[in-house]
Amino acid sequence: MGSRLPQMLKDAGLTAFVGAALGIFIVGFRTVDVGRGLTFDYHLVDLAVAVVVIFLGRLGLSMAANGLRWPAIALGAVMIAAGASPMQLPSGFLHWFVALGGVLLVIRAIWPWANEAVTEASRTPSGQAISRAGAKWFGWMLLAAAVLLPFSPFADQKTMDLGVLILTYVMLGWGLNIVVGLAGLLDLGYVAFYAVGAYSYALLSTQHGLGFWSVLPLAGMMAALFGVLLGFPVLRLRGDYLAIVTLGFGEIIRLILLNWFDLTNGPAGIGSIPGPTLFGAVFAETAPAGKQTVSEMLGIPFDGNHRLIFLYYIILVLALITNLFTQRMRRLPVGRAWEALREDETACRALGINPTNTKLTAFAIGAMFAGFAGSFFAAKQRFISPESFVFIESAIILAIVVLGGMGSQIGVVLAAVLLIGLPEWFRDLGNYRMLAFGLAMVLIMVFRPRGLVAHREPSIRLHPAGSGGSG
Amino acid sequence: MSVATATPLIEVEHLTMRFGGLVAIDDVSFTARPREITAIIGPNGAGKTTVFNCITGFYKPTVGRLTLRGGRGEFLLERMLGHEIGQRAKVARTFQNIRLFPGMTVLENLLVAQHNKLMRASGWSLLGLLGFASYRNAENAAIELARQWLERIRLLADADRPAGELPYGAQRRLEIARAMCTEPELLCLDEPAAGLNPRESAELNELLVSIRDRDGIGVLLIEHDMSVVMNISDHIVVLDYGRKIAEGDPTAIKNDPAVIRAYLGTDDEAIDG
Repeated sequence: MGSRLPQMLKDAGLTAFVGAALGIFIVGFRTVDVGRGLTFDYHLVDLAVAVVVIFLGRLGLSMAANGLRWPAIALGAVMIAAGASPMQLPSGFLHWFVALGGVLLVIRAIWPWANEAVTEASRTPSGQAISRAGAKWFGWMLLAAAVLLPFSPFADQKTMDLGVLILTYVMLGWGLNIVVGLAGLLDLGYVAFYAVGAYSYALLSTQHGLGFWSVLPLAGMMAALFGVLLGFPVLRLRGDYLAIVTLGFGEIIRLILLNWFDLTNGPAGIGSIPGPTLFGAVFAETAPAGKQTVSEMLGIPFDGNHRLIFLYYIILVLALITNLFTQRMRRLPVGRAWEALREDETACRALGINPTNTKLTAFAIGAMFAGFAGSFFAAKQRFISPESFVFIESAIILAIVVLGGMGSQIGVVLAAVLLIGLPEWFRDLGNYRMLAFGLAMVLIMVFRPRGLVAHREPSIRLHPAGSGGSG
Repeated sequence: MSVATATPLIEVEHLTMRFGGLVAIDDVSFTARPREITAIIGPNGAGKTTVFNCITGFYKPTVGRLTLRGGRGEFLLERMLGHEIGQRAKVARTFQNIRLFPGMTVLENLLVAQHNKLMRASGWSLLGLLGFASYRNAENAAIELARQWLERIRLLADADRPAGELPYGAQRRLEIARAMCTEPELLCLDEPAAGLNPRESAELNELLVSIRDRDGIGVLLIEHDMSVVMNISDHIVVLDYGRKIAEGDPTAIKNDPAVIRAYLGTDDEAIDG
């Protein structure tokens, strides 16, 4: 083993040299406008730290690749410690950079080991039973945590806002999971249905005075109708072609919202949308004429947070309905047909399954849940404009589904927390947070190419689980 | 068997299929009867699979009429959409390159095959969503049918495994069972013995004979393995370059000069003469 050390050092040195050569121009100096012209501002300490991290990182990686697990872990630990130490560095980001390098190194060193243990365990029937039970418990624990969150000590306004945001994306992810994960239809314009739901509520409430609870089903139906309208002509397309058409549809809806000034008020958006009510009572300090505030109804002092907690529970219930509905559908013939279509459309046709109708149900149901989420979004924001429904939203929802593991319900939750929660929590990183976001995505796709939760639970079993019937 | 009295299950008349200038099938007519195995044989590229694709609605024939007379009435297959042929006319097929749903379990594969029946029972998902007992009973009946087929193809123990994990021979058997779970009137098998070892192909013979005799349906069979074809076929149709060159029972086909020519080439004397 020791005989390979000079080679590894040489390799790490070479990588560090390449890093330094590239970094001189990218990191080493930058031009600064001093009024009369440009001058150079040197960042040589940054460059030196970067080169050292590259050297140590490469050394650690080749150690890990050659089976020297413990030295690699030690190296990673040193880097984490160095990053966390109160050392004088020119910027806070460098601390993060060093520590993150160490974390990645440790993960890389532990990975094959953990992977082996997991595969080993999943081979034995008892291991399978444990993992199944574990997944179930994990889900229930997440649910309990979600229900209890508003009563916990860290339920300040920021956390609750973030919770509502994450749950909205969880719901959208679960809705899109029907279309992409189960039926295998790549939909790049999912946000269009979200927009339809949001504008349905915004228009019906501000112009016709309808309340949130009566519009909610209408908004869902409206979005489902749009899903059918779009789906009918295009669902004969497969794969990439379908993706392009749905992408175009998403943009068309946004452009219509932007340009149909009479109906949607164009780019100025729609404001003063009423929030959801609790048995007719509104969440406000003073009620409008003829209405009652919630604090009056319940006889409790007014608190601005009540509205947020109420919104949180609404989206939690909506998301859970989406989940239960999907779970149930998966066990019905139509759900199995969705999955069969994803696996092999030709075989489905040979078995007498109507592919168009089956795809259409998936599309319409997925759109319906986006419509529900959209009208919730409008009620929460109280102001919507076409800017909220741009392509990047579709891309994020799709990323949640793919990252979570296509078709996995719990995977969507994990991915939503990761993709929506982490960037919010790491706002301190400033502009680098998108870099970290991209890095996290790449790493997940490298280490778990089929998503966080790749395991597929059969919709039905002939032999009860864990009986070891398979051989 | 009294050939003259049995009405044909499927009647193929003047079937022609052109792809641009290429004539894949040229005016082929034949019939297949219920409770019989009808084999379609011929050298590679003779148009056998194209005939299947026309019968099962994957291609629309250029010319010709395909009439199926089953227990549910008479259907003109050339006028039906692809999935309707499986759904209403009850024609099931397997594929030359196996097309299972590899990520789904063996049992799920067999349940997907019973989709239309279960869809009706679940009230197009509404009753099923609300957990009506009528749907649960229908589902249990479907599982029972699947279980019977799994016993017949000896895959009962593997019911909960993903179909893609099964060994090749088991996947072939499963694909046949899946087609049978649609409760067809006519079963079209495209090279079911391809890639099987002699023992497996002997088992396949037994399975096909039992499908003919026990389930009493008609089987159309494309096959290159002559040990399968000659042992179990009641009737053989031979195609070459898209034309029908012979038709008859196995003994007649074995001694037919046109068939021997197509498979072995023309002998020298024939050219000289």
